[in-house]
Amino acid sequence: MARPITPFLWLLFSAGGTVAALLYPVHLFLTGLAFPLGWLSPPSYEALHALVAHPVTRSYLFVLISLPLFHWAHRFRYTLYDGLQLKHLFALVAVLCYGAAAAGSALAAYTLWSFS
Amino acid sequence: MSAPARYTPFHPRWYRRRVSVWWWLESRSYTTFVVRELTSVFVALFALVLLWVVWSLGQGPEAYERCLARLRSPLCLAFHAAALGFVLFHSITWFNLAPKAMVVRLGGKRLPDLFVAGANYAAWVVLSGAVAAMLLRS
Repeated sequence: MARPITPFLWLLFSAGGTVAALLYPVHLFLTGLAFPLGWLSPPSYEALHALVAHPVTRSYLFVLISLPLFHWAHRFRYTLYDGLQLKHLFALVAVLCYGAAAAGSALAAYTLWSFS
Repeated sequence: MSAPARYTPFHPRWYRRRVSVWWWLESRSYTTFVVRELTSVFVALFALVLLWVVWSLGQGPEAYERCLARLRSPLCLAFHAAALGFVLFHSITWFNLAPKAMVVRLGGKRLPDLFVAGANYAAWVVLSGAVAAMLLRS
């Protein structure tokens, strides 16, 4: 399949994979385990709010949420094709996967844009 | 005549043997491959967790407090413990593949794989430290 959009989707996959590989373990460890279990003290509401209110942090969070969603879309799409042998649903699977990633990114953009 | 030949839509002239949906359990390397691909599911779910935390933070102190309480629930903790395993597996396989995906040449010579992978691991340590410092300082 040689479509003009393929290299772009591959770039999103690769960029998202790199963002997730570099940054997700630390965020997941802190947010999901260390803070809830009390191993480390979580930031106060005021401090975290001030941090996220900064435009640089919000741009960072958008990249942190959006790109890995596209990474998922790409990998999951091909896993469905190969793993579950859904090659005949080629277009439907692609639309659902990238559509979900785009919807998640739009939601992230809206949440971060209207953050107050 | 027995069952008609099955043709695949992309290569109509080819005949292909039927493969079980569980083909990836037949060999260890296939299973590793599929597990690696499925790490992306945990990556996506954690992206949604991040979005949910940020959204709660924007809704005010009470919503944020409720979000933190949810994160302390056994279900969330179990999910995050499992997700950490998958995400680490993603990171390690990703960094080990980096030298093959990204060939760096310096002065006409290809940099050794170990160097490219090492640079990735170094970036991982530095960025993790930076994120932790930002969150623990505030």
